[in-house]
Amino acid sequence: MTKITSLADLRRIKSDVEVKMNLRERSESPESMVQIRVAMATCGIASGAKIVMDYLVNELDKRNIPAVVTQTGCMGYCYAEPTIEVTRPGQQPLVFGYVDSKKADQIIEKYIKNGELLDGIIPVNYENIEGK
Amino acid sequence: MKDLALHILDILQNSVTAGAKLIQLSIDELPAQDTYIVSIIDNGKGMSEEMAQQVTDPFFTTRTTRKVGLGLPLLKQNAERTGGNLLIHSKPGEGTEVTATFNYTHIDRLPTGDIAGTLALTVSSYPDIDFKYTHTTPEGTFVFDTIEIKETLEGLPISHPQVIAFMKDFIRDNLAEIKAS
Repeated sequence: MTKITSLADLRRIKSDVEVKMNLRERSESPESMVQIRVAMATCGIASGAKIVMDYLVNELDKRNIPAVVTQTGCMGYCYAEPTIEVTRPGQQPLVFGYVDSKKADQIIEKYIKNGELLDGIIPVNYENIEGK
Repeated sequence: MKDLALHILDILQNSVTAGAKLIQLSIDELPAQDTYIVSIIDNGKGMSEEMAQQVTDPFFTTRTTRKVGLGLPLLKQNAERTGGNLLIHSKPGEGTEVTATFNYTHIDRLPTGDIAGTLALTVSSYPDIDFKYTHTTPEGTFVFDTIEIKETLEGLPISHPQVIAFMKDFIRDNLAEIKAS
């Protein structure tokens, strides 16, 4: 019979994680971690935001980068979906457009790890015609 | 939207925006009645009857960032083209119930898709909201309740990547067990 994941597995994962969690990470508030918000409204979802979010959650964990990845609503950049907002600790948030798994990989390697800027940043001063 | 899981991901956001503290998702597969029902019930701020009638109009939206709102209209379209329908009941101050009914065997009924991933990503994004997901098939019923998960975690954040991975496996395995489509 194949094994089914159950709450007992969650208890095991919990104790594993707690052992591995070092003191530094434990004391880290969300503000001192990289924060990523994935725009997950109809426009984002239809353009593949869920795949991007899945990818970010998995890859950041694999690459040992403490980060919080959450969803948000439409940021108003429907034309550039999927969009993600990345906030490095102590820095202004940056919004990246047209993010797929390949782009997400570059964002992790270049911007999140080293602070290098790359193509696809949506300028903060962008306003839509209505907002002008 | 390519599958129902993506629709659900989308509609759950409405409940989150409405300030719900508890969101209940249920999927009932009733092949004997040739019916597949998805319902989302929240205890958010609800809306007036007038507004509930307007929300399936693509040019109605509460947001200010754009002028169209396609989440519910697209779900309605996908339900109706299988011969099903979309019903919305809401009371201001009490919450909203959205029920999409599909013809189970209709060729245009979307596949269920990655419900496990959808829920894991949503639940971890909103740690202060409780989610309860019930999936029923002729083989049995599976219940996923974040209150139970959070009790087991005893303070470990539900957004921890390994907890997210667990939730995906947990839901996926148990859905396979009741032979969810």
